[in-house]
Amino acid sequence: MSAKTLYDKLFDSHVVTEENGTALIYIDRHLVHEVTSPQAFEGLRLAGRKPWRKDSIVATADHNTPTNGWEKGLDGIADPISRIQIETLDSNIKEFGAKAYFPFMDKGQGIVHVMGPEQGATLPGMTVVCGDSHTSTHGAFGALAHGIGTSEVEHVMATQCLVQKKSKSMLVRVDGKLGKGVTAKDVALAIIGKIGTAGGTGYAIEFGGSVIRALTMEGRMTLCNMAIEAGARAGMVAVDDATINYVKGRPYAPKVDQWDAAVAYWRTLVSDDAAEFDAIVVLNGDDIQPQVTWGTSPEMVVGIDGIVPDPASESDATKKGSMERALQYMGLQANTPMNEINIDKVFIGSCTNSRIEDLRAAASVAKGKKIAGNVKLALVVPGSGLVKAQAEAEGLDQIFKDAGFEWREPGCSMCLAMNADRLESGERCASTSNRNFEGRQGLGGRTHLVSPEMAAAAAIAGHFVDVRSFN
Amino acid sequence: MQAFTQLNGLVVPLDRANVDTDAIIPKQFLKSIKRSGFGPNAFDEWRYLDHGEPGMDNSKRQTNPDFVLNQARYQGASVLLARENFGCGSSREHAPWALEDYGFRVIIAPSFADIFFNNCFKNGMLPIVLSADDVDTLFKETEASEGYKLNIDLSEQSITSPSGNLYKFEVDAFRKHCLLNGLDDIGLTMQHQDAIKAFEAKHKVAQPWLFN
Repeated sequence: MSAKTLYDKLFDSHVVTEENGTALIYIDRHLVHEVTSPQAFEGLRLAGRKPWRKDSIVATADHNTPTNGWEKGLDGIADPISRIQIETLDSNIKEFGAKAYFPFMDKGQGIVHVMGPEQGATLPGMTVVCGDSHTSTHGAFGALAHGIGTSEVEHVMATQCLVQKKSKSMLVRVDGKLGKGVTAKDVALAIIGKIGTAGGTGYAIEFGGSVIRALTMEGRMTLCNMAIEAGARAGMVAVDDATINYVKGRPYAPKVDQWDAAVAYWRTLVSDDAAEFDAIVVLNGDDIQPQVTWGTSPEMVVGIDGIVPDPASESDATKKGSMERALQYMGLQANTPMNEINIDKVFIGSCTNSRIEDLRAAASVAKGKKIAGNVKLALVVPGSGLVKAQAEAEGLDQIFKDAGFEWREPGCSMCLAMNADRLESGERCASTSNRNFEGRQGLGGRTHLVSPEMAAAAAIAGHFVDVRSFN
Repeated sequence: MQAFTQLNGLVVPLDRANVDTDAIIPKQFLKSIKRSGFGPNAFDEWRYLDHGEPGMDNSKRQTNPDFVLNQARYQGASVLLARENFGCGSSREHAPWALEDYGFRVIIAPSFADIFFNNCFKNGMLPIVLSADDVDTLFKETEASEGYKLNIDLSEQSITSPSGNLYKFEVDAFRKHCLLNGLDDIGLTMQHQDAIKAFEAKHKVAQPWLFN
């Protein structure tokens, strides 16, 4: 048998039929949220179809849900259309069924990509899909996980399968060791800065190397989460002790009598030594600095020691045009040192960086300090109800509140600003989210992507600052 | 799904790289629970000078005269000419829904983001990859000549320009078959339901914990 990559193993073990390179692959876990599912449920209803296997579905409400005013219940959702969407998910799950459902305000509610892993609903070896591009997050478990459109959400519900062509494989190897204050987020941004936002298009990326092996599961989730920002639908990390230890004891993890067999199988979910990749990219972790984006695409990124680049030095006309447009939108001058850029708001949250380790890291920077006078709002939005409860048990909420941050209820919040949390036009934000596109956090809003530590430090300083030398 | 066979369509050039799906259809419009009616809000933040919200009367909003879609010569366009990495970002199928509802049936670019590319085929739209040089040529010709139309033939996998230049393009055989015949994926997959059941039974024996 020829040597296989992790991606080969995951893909090949789910092929139901294959013809001329187009395969039908079986889907083990279908995560569902309120925004990309209503049209799919409606499609089932119109065709008189039922879910093929409702026990594959795990659902929650996250994109639209408010992060305050929960004491008013559904009436706390100011926007009537948002409320309809959240209520529609309730009624659809009631009608069609699910393995588990964490509705608005349930203690298990959260961002779908935080909730899945913490419930043990994401397991090694699974195929995981969701109508959300950041489904790549779940690849951290040695799973094949990627985002799909709503037509495919309906297709998976109806048939338990997806029509897929196998992607090419890319190994992104990060050697060496990360310095103090350098996080999985910085690794993700450094990779995107190197290969570009289309660098992974057509590929499934496996992240490997000593830096990746040393990351916690939460760090690996942050990294795989941003595979899509490098253009790859799926990112993944091979299974090791960290994976297995994380899964053990979670509510939907294998039962005791299944555990040993599951672990024995999961141990095989690594690329064979002789496996060949279609592309290999290598970075040295020792060289990675805390990263800050300066433009309107995640590839527009530099180290905190860097400066805003000058379009005049770019020879490619399309790239130069993009840079000029980005600087104009961002209200930045070329050659400005990153650590001199003042901010108006801070957002700590999103499926990239809202887990307990992220909150601990940000709190450790904010502890005993106050946010700067020019910072109008600093939001901390935990990724799920369980993360929130854990953080409160550790007193992190108090640290944030004492420093002047607002401590909110879980949800996607200002990552995409579908709810009431958003930037006003011209406001500049240090954000732990994943996209700095024009208007992403609000019309005219200016987003700089950073790690939780860097966001907290920026909140205190009022401008970007190197967290490694910040105290 | 509507079939796509052939189109002779007016071309509009959108000269930006990395156009993301947030730009194609901003988040406030994703609150709809329907899959139609997104066309008036396609490229909302670039197309209008005010902030758009669902339920607004778009015909009364002030449009941005500098945005290419608003120029008189491009009204009625059904072919969108774009740059690298078109459709990156969010997986929202609302993006192809909005473009289709606006009137686009074909998008031509040097590269597309994977999820967006896939979503187009589910909605009777044809995304075509041409080389960056060929796309550049089409940009120049479109801008130079008012009323510039391209003739796109899916079964021949060809684009013919007004000057008679022929561009061949690749398309996956299965997707082509579905698009030419307007076939619904679900119906096709259900033809394999015995194979799916057989796979599932085997999978359950091998990894019973997936079926707890």
